[in-house]
Amino acid sequence: MSGVRVLVGTRKGAFILTSDGKREKWDVSGPHFAGWELYHLKGSPIDPNRLYASQSSGWFGQIIQRSDDGGKTWHQPGTLPGEPTTTPEGFPKAESNKFVYDSSTETGKPLTTHQWYDGTPRPWEFKRVWHLEPSLTDPDTVYAGVEDAALFRSTDGGKNWQELPGLRGHGTGPNWQPGAGGMCLHTVILDPSDPKRIFVAISAAGAFRTDDGGETWKPINKGLFSQYIPDPTAEVGHCVHHVAMHPSRPGVLFMQKHWDVMRSDDAGDSWREISGNLPTDFGFVIDVHAHEPETVYVVPIKSDSEHYVADGKLRVYRSRGGGNEWEALTNGLPQSNCYVNVLRDAMAVDSLDSCGIYFGTTGGQVYASADSGDTWAPIVRDLPAVLSVEVQVLP
Amino acid sequence: MIRVALPYHLRNLAKVDDEVTVDVNGQVTLGSVLDALEAKYPMLRGTIRDQVTRKRRPFLRFFAGGEDLSHESPDAPLPDTVATGAEPLVVLGAIAGG
Repeated sequence: MSGVRVLVGTRKGAFILTSDGKREKWDVSGPHFAGWELYHLKGSPIDPNRLYASQSSGWFGQIIQRSDDGGKTWHQPGTLPGEPTTTPEGFPKAESNKFVYDSSTETGKPLTTHQWYDGTPRPWEFKRVWHLEPSLTDPDTVYAGVEDAALFRSTDGGKNWQELPGLRGHGTGPNWQPGAGGMCLHTVILDPSDPKRIFVAISAAGAFRTDDGGETWKPINKGLFSQYIPDPTAEVGHCVHHVAMHPSRPGVLFMQKHWDVMRSDDAGDSWREISGNLPTDFGFVIDVHAHEPETVYVVPIKSDSEHYVADGKLRVYRSRGGGNEWEALTNGLPQSNCYVNVLRDAMAVDSLDSCGIYFGTTGGQVYASADSGDTWAPIVRDLPAVLSVEVQVLP
Repeated sequence: MIRVALPYHLRNLAKVDDEVTVDVNGQVTLGSVLDALEAKYPMLRGTIRDQVTRKRRPFLRFFAGGEDLSHESPDAPLPDTVATGAEPLVVLGAIAGG
């Protein structure tokens, strides 16, 4: 029987939750990297034992970890366990935690400034990796969305990282500004039908797309309306919280913006609101059912001033018609005295016949549904605050 | 032989249980000791000093013999007690919550 492996990043380490296809009984492994912030972990879609993890700390900076055995053991790429840490010539091996913005005249763009919260110019400064997106075709190729916002890529299993500078330097960069969580590139979506097309999203700049493998980029924010910025329909400046795509329909995108749930049917060229009857359209996560491309999930959050679920009730909302009409899913979720948040990378879906939905909360719970959201049960209840949730289906 | 005392999380990263030792050719300075430390433990590159600017990360400090060396020049000689291995160079995380 197939099994699932859920990769959970938290404020104080990573946890790996495994189960068989029934998804009723779970083994919990961790904490891995105890005490560190794990913003994201994700596995290669073609080699499920290849995992990448972003480990960071306000004290010690950014570390990239890699596992080649499904999370049993980890190492910093470039230095395998037990191997010498220097070359025969005595030089240090590759530095897998080195993220340097490309400002070279040949390939890079001048390292200009972005806007600080008060609108003053501020130089780009690397802080951490928010999201790791492994290639759909090569386990050694992986993208990293970072803060301050930029996209990096490694083609050697995480040993070395190069920026794709056309994004930061395409022209609107000086107008980007941080959201409350920092100026982060948090969403990377690879188009399974077109290897040269990539979507990214940045808080608070908006969504961007490349159609040439990352050389050139353009903002794709038409139709977004953000009343909290000076020009509500500006080309950039929107606080996009997350974007999701169903792999069978890569031109259809669903977005949870700061406020508003949005949809695009033309690969982001235009957007329309689909918030419909949601009790509040503020939120962070959004995801799409594995087998029903018109079935979408969000977790509404009370407001941008009160980052917890409304009315003390933890409710996932599901639309089976691509938006506008939403139903509350509550069976198995706390419906009183609950004041948790669900952060932008903390929801995932599995591809088993009966689609599984998973999400983690800032209260340390990870909930799972093995029936498309009809019923829920906690896998764990008392982890540190959950930053990210990903799931893999194992043979 | 120079002794260096690392904070808990950096000992874990370097996969060591206790103080580490490094050898420095030439003058024993903060910069030369950190160069030797990063050469022996490349997984620590970027965790103590910024990869590009080589400046001390803001929440870390350096001490030896009870003296705060955090704001010393990286080229200033370290105390003889460190150079002779009598006492360690201490890399310490600031107490900043969390």
